[in-house]
Amino acid sequence: MYAQMIQSEASQDDPQKLAEFQARIDADIKIEPRDWMPEGYRKTLIRQIGQHAHSEIVGQLPEGNWITRAPTLERKMILLAKVQDEAGHGLYLYCAAETLGVSRDDLTEQLLSGKMKYSSIFNYPTLTWADIGAVGWLVDGAAIMNQVPLQRTSYGPYSRAMIRICKEESFHQRQGFDIMMKMAQGSEAQRRMAQDALNRFWYPSLMMFGPSDADSVHSTQNMAWKIKMNTNDELRQKFVDQTVPQAEFLGLTVPDETLSWNEEKGGYDFSEPDWSEFFDVLKGNGPCNTERLEARNKAWDDGAWVREGLLAHAEKKRARKTAAE
Amino acid sequence: MSKEWPLWEIFIRGQHGLSHRHVGSLHAPDAEMAIKNARDVYTRRNEGVSIWVVEANHIAASAPSEKGPLYEPSESKIYRHPTFYDIPDDVGHM
Amino acid sequence: MAQNNTHLAEFLLRMGDNALILGHRTSEWCGHAPVLEEDIALANTALDLIGQTQLWLTYAAEVMGDGKTADDLAFLRDVWDFRNLLLVELPNGDFGHTLMRQFLFDAYQSIHLPRLVRSTDPRVAEIAEKASKEASYHVERSADTVVGLGDGTEESHNRMQAALDRLWPYVGEMFATDPVDAAMAEAGIAPDPASLRTEYDALVGRVLAEATLTVPESTFAHKGGRTGQTHTEHLGHLLTQMQWLQRAYPGATW
Repeated sequence: MYAQMIQSEASQDDPQKLAEFQARIDADIKIEPRDWMPEGYRKTLIRQIGQHAHSEIVGQLPEGNWITRAPTLERKMILLAKVQDEAGHGLYLYCAAETLGVSRDDLTEQLLSGKMKYSSIFNYPTLTWADIGAVGWLVDGAAIMNQVPLQRTSYGPYSRAMIRICKEESFHQRQGFDIMMKMAQGSEAQRRMAQDALNRFWYPSLMMFGPSDADSVHSTQNMAWKIKMNTNDELRQKFVDQTVPQAEFLGLTVPDETLSWNEEKGGYDFSEPDWSEFFDVLKGNGPCNTERLEARNKAWDDGAWVREGLLAHAEKKRARKTAAE
Repeated sequence: MSKEWPLWEIFIRGQHGLSHRHVGSLHAPDAEMAIKNARDVYTRRNEGVSIWVVEANHIAASAPSEKGPLYEPSESKIYRHPTFYDIPDDVGHM
Repeated sequence: MAQNNTHLAEFLLRMGDNALILGHRTSEWCGHAPVLEEDIALANTALDLIGQTQLWLTYAAEVMGDGKTADDLAFLRDVWDFRNLLLVELPNGDFGHTLMRQFLFDAYQSIHLPRLVRSTDPRVAEIAEKASKEASYHVERSADTVVGLGDGTEESHNRMQAALDRLWPYVGEMFATDPVDAAMAEAGIAPDPASLRTEYDALVGRVLAEATLTVPESTFAHKGGRTGQTHTEHLGHLLTQMQWLQRAYPGATW
């Protein structure tokens, strides 16, 4: 997901306080910034929300790659509005993280130095216009699986950010599917393009949920804290079950020969992605890791004089006002 | 590292006459830019709204009690709405 | 097409092409701005401009009457058929350069569009009604940023002065009246651009003074974009990218 492989931090806290804290979470009472919270909860949340925020702004890049090449004025506006939303979602999430006592600049520095991660999916290239359809349909489709339950997460500011994000995000997946429909019903070249996009994005989309974590202690702790709402396998299964019929509707073939309906479990059996590829991408060896971080670093470095200039002006204005009083 | 722009809390009153409501936060060099940023980030320029901005460190907040109750605190472009896309019924829920 | 309609179509292409090309340039920033808040604001500006493009070019296509759409005009014309100001096709440069270009254009629009609201052509008036609201916000925002950066640090001041020096020779084209403008003014459809210069100079002068920037003395003006006589070399590269899919897959539906 946008926050993959989040390890939980252990806490050395007063057992009485811990028990009260857990009771609040169990009773679905939100934890707010000034409330007592275990240090492990705070640190884990910073890591998770930060990684989610980074994913949003790095996620601007593969889709932004096609804004200047969108094929119609309407598609251009839709794509621009969508990528702009991602900047907004990054902003909401950074603000949620800031309530936990970390600054946006700190988080940004950690992204730029490679110390903090972002979702593996954004290290894959968007080569054709059909990829923009596939990203909306599959990547946003997978993200929504995770984000909808996170609206109920225990941390108030995170939950509120997710509610806002889900509301705005509702058009993202549909615009992707809409692009895929046009391609699938289009010329021979467009159909081939659509199938090619599905072939390349299918397994990376399944990887978004992360490896199986049914037996992970981190996962168990994070679920008890309600900062993770489902296991990775549950969400992946749900995604496959939802997506396969959509692919059939488009007349496209999911690139998995073992894919079959399992009547007994009421879901599809499917092949696991290549997890060694996933770990390679996380280590920095995905097709676009270098380009993505270079682009973020360049924007940050090139923008330094702007951030400093506008702040200097604000300080001058304040000083002038004070002097006049 | 250079200094970060201050954090502002954003309150917006919509068109329906309700009081200003906290919608989120953002960074800006000063109050004027905070209002403009709020307009771009949180209203997508919906007409007839009123925006308040308060620098976050100027907000005085009550202390939460350990077990106490919780302190609960756009007209967008049409293509931002899911109904803009005509997805056939056969596809199912999206 | 009757002579009147030829002039009207030409005028509408000028309006639409300015919005299209500047909207496209601004959209290039998406994901690369100095700070998230600016990234979002620039995208809003680009969205407004591309929205305006649709309105102007749709009307232009109707007036031309040969069954074309706004998309045909945007994606299937070559450089010599574009009618935008040279100013808006220049590459983005740094953020200061982009914002200075935006301000110089917004200032013009914020004066021009309210006049068009009173146009004798109801469609022009209707489009201008919507666009002028957007332009008045754009100019407020870009003026603030130009002032903030001009009167910021030494570096930001120097960069903004360099941007102004580079862009100023492209301002004069906005006010160069030609027979199309004369016909529009005659018909009460649009004001004679030359008549807007005093107001423009006052607005721009006030903002640039507040920004502690010096308006270059030279009155030289690069021209030819809005008449279609010539363009910069940059426009062809912009179109190569923008029109790629429509050109590579002729007749496809997207």
